[in-house]
Amino acid sequence: MEAIDQSAVQEKINHFANKDVYIHLETTNGAYASHFDETAYNVGAFIRNAKVNYQHGKIVSTGGSYRVGLKLDIGWVYAEGVSDFEIDEKDRLLLAGHDREGRLMVALEISEEPFTHEAEEHE
Amino acid sequence: MNNKHILVIFPHPDDESFGTSGTISKFRAEGVPVTYLCGTLGEMGRNMGNPVFANRETLYTYRKKELAEAAKELDIDVELLGYRDKTLEFEPLDELAQHLKERILAYGATTIITHYPGYAVHPDHDALGAAVVKAVELIEPGKRPEVWMHAITNNHEDELGEPDFIFDIEPYWERKEAAIRAHLSQVDGMMNLIENHEQTSKQIQRLKREQFYRLTLSS
Ligand SMILES: [Zn+2]
Repeated sequence: MEAIDQSAVQEKINHFANKDVYIHLETTNGAYASHFDETAYNVGAFIRNAKVNYQHGKIVSTGGSYRVGLKLDIGWVYAEGVSDFEIDEKDRLLLAGHDREGRLMVALEISEEPFTHEAEEHE
Repeated sequence: MNNKHILVIFPHPDDESFGTSGTISKFRAEGVPVTYLCGTLGEMGRNMGNPVFANRETLYTYRKKELAEAAKELDIDVELLGYRDKTLEFEPLDELAQHLKERILAYGATTIITHYPGYAVHPDHDALGAAVVKAVELIEPGKRPEVWMHAITNNHEDELGEPDFIFDIEPYWERKEAAIRAHLSQVDGMMNLIENHEQTSKQIQRLKREQFYRLTLSS
């Protein structure tokens, strides 16, 4: 991944608009947060292969990182804190934010094909 | 005794290296075969390398290679169980236990090393440990392997008392370090710790002592 190029990402978001696409959306502070720090909370959420069709979407700079919002017919997809991007060889848009140690904090990914979900598919 | 076979059953590539690679090396030095049944590929890991070189979609490809490398360092076989990271606790326990029972019998395991359910911090550790206990319960009493359970929670010794087995793995430290190092995407922080701290620091001492509780089943 590399630092987000806002116009390249916006272009890709536009490309996926009004199509059936699959979303991976995730945020996490790890399973060990409260193990290493008793006052910390373990929080995290992910949804893999949510099938959506968004009307339009936008990437907004916050000076350092970015927010992304995708408007659905009856709702929204939202992520804050993404700073890195990649358009991979399967033409998927991968966005992520990492902490200083390179650990993933948030991810938003958009693909026209489902993301792998079973171990066998890895082979 | 001949015909010994150790099965190590943990959910993630790297669990084997951090928690038990000294003990594994000890068994291998004695000529005992060891197989690692690895539950998932750690697809949902938070560490992407430092500096970052993996992403959510490519992480498993690195972790698979890293596991193969660690297994080579430790001279053990690996079987991937094919579950998905972070989801083991949501799989039906009976099905998981049945699957494990079949693998345990297929290998003719004499000792199993797994996590101590309820004392293993990560939900996948607890879930797979519980499934191993259940799997062994499903085996006829005379034919059950021993089960050694690895506890991780900070307070486990207060609640569980002294472990039944305590190994000083100093003689195998280099092996262990090499196995940990193989998990490049995951261990940057840990390697810094090993390189920058006094060899006597608390965490290093912890890594050099591997300990287990023996499972006792009533029937
Ligand atoms: Zn683990």
